[in-house]
Amino acid sequence: MTVAVVGASMTKFGQRDAWVTGIMNALAGDIGVMPAYTERVDQTSSSGGAGIFEAWQSVASGASETTLLVGAEKMTHRSTAETTDVIASITHPEEYKHGVTLPSFAGLTARHYLERFDAPRDSLAKVAVKNHRNGVDNPHAQFQKEIDVETALESPIVADPLRLYDFCPITDGSAGIVFTTEERAQEITDDYAVVSGIAGATDTQVVHERDDPTVMGGVVESGARAYERAGIGPDDLDVAELHDMFTILEFLQMEGLDIADQGEAWQLVEEGYTEMDGELPVNTSGGLKSKGHPLGASGVAQGYEIYKQLVDEAGPRQVDAETGLACNVGGFGNCVITTIMEAR
Amino acid sequence: MSFDAHRCPNGHVTYPGHPRCPTCGEEQTDTIDLAERTGDVVTWTHSTKTPPGVRAPNTLAIVEFDVSGETDGGDEFVRALGQVTTDDIETGDPVEPVYVEELRDPEAGIREPESQDWNGYRFEPV
Repeated sequence: MTVAVVGASMTKFGQRDAWVTGIMNALAGDIGVMPAYTERVDQTSSSGGAGIFEAWQSVASGASETTLLVGAEKMTHRSTAETTDVIASITHPEEYKHGVTLPSFAGLTARHYLERFDAPRDSLAKVAVKNHRNGVDNPHAQFQKEIDVETALESPIVADPLRLYDFCPITDGSAGIVFTTEERAQEITDDYAVVSGIAGATDTQVVHERDDPTVMGGVVESGARAYERAGIGPDDLDVAELHDMFTILEFLQMEGLDIADQGEAWQLVEEGYTEMDGELPVNTSGGLKSKGHPLGASGVAQGYEIYKQLVDEAGPRQVDAETGLACNVGGFGNCVITTIMEAR
Repeated sequence: MSFDAHRCPNGHVTYPGHPRCPTCGEEQTDTIDLAERTGDVVTWTHSTKTPPGVRAPNTLAIVEFDVSGETDGGDEFVRALGQVTTDDIETGDPVEPVYVEELRDPEAGIREPESQDWNGYRFEPV
């Protein structure tokens, strides 16, 4: 059997100089799959989605029969200020020198969205409330605790109009997925899922250069291509994991992926469309908001959640799902991987 | 010191500049200095959880400058993101650039101090 191991991120976060690529080699040895080929994928917050893309390609191309993808990130050894700086260092030098942070991009975008589309501030808080509620049923979530709208709206300002509860936490975590051919999967199990469409795309590194601050081009492009490859559309989705690093991103991805019209995602959230019992449950795992956001692991964990939903192993958070989507966003939409999976 | 936006022969304008125009791929051969102009705030935020060496709160704005007179029918506007001189700012406010020698402490962040420059322009309400 040909095996490959892909590690997404797998670094001690914020490492400047150390030569860390040996960790996949160590993993392959520790789990007894030598001499399987190993490699590391690094794509900031979308390392996990990039790992799914890479692992899927390795099997689809025939280069590997079975590939193990592991995403991991250790972040909590750094202070919040240092962590914020490490993540902000992906920005263009002209942005970085002004002290921009990813949360500040979210604040700038959220204000524009709320003002332009006349959306109520509460609608963003409702995203946080929903994802905290969903996280209660996820034993792997960092926060298994409900919050209410008032708590979110009264929490400290981080980048106004956004407050503490509009943001995901800093997290240590890991996730893994095994990819193999459909023939091999049928030998092993009766229940499995296939990657039926996957695509990646980028947008400008300089965030203010985008024509429309409320559109993430990487989401739109990767989503359109993933739908096309899967031969489905947004109406066919039963469940979705969206990259809610900030609450506003759930709106932008719903709109970029054609789940909602531009400027109207907040209305669907208000109507309960994305709740567990809604038309399209979004972030049944609790999302990055309550599950946590260990950068390199998050995209893998999104794929893991969709898989669990599709094979009916999601326990108390199970929804009725045959087709699911995961959207993994790197930077502030700088690089995006959208994956569509279907139950078999 | 100038606050240069960069223009290609087809009238596309970006700030900052790029080796090739992101819209059409031509070289950016001209500059448009924004230093003496007034722009309008598109959106803004008070960033309170700032990285090491960055002031707190750090009020930031995306500002739009009208460059329609210099693009031969190309782009009408170019945007820039930067710090604001005051915490009192609203969407639509007119602002003008003010030169600052050091926008953040180069020694405090994760980037090497020599890896880039640290001077630039803040936006001041007119």
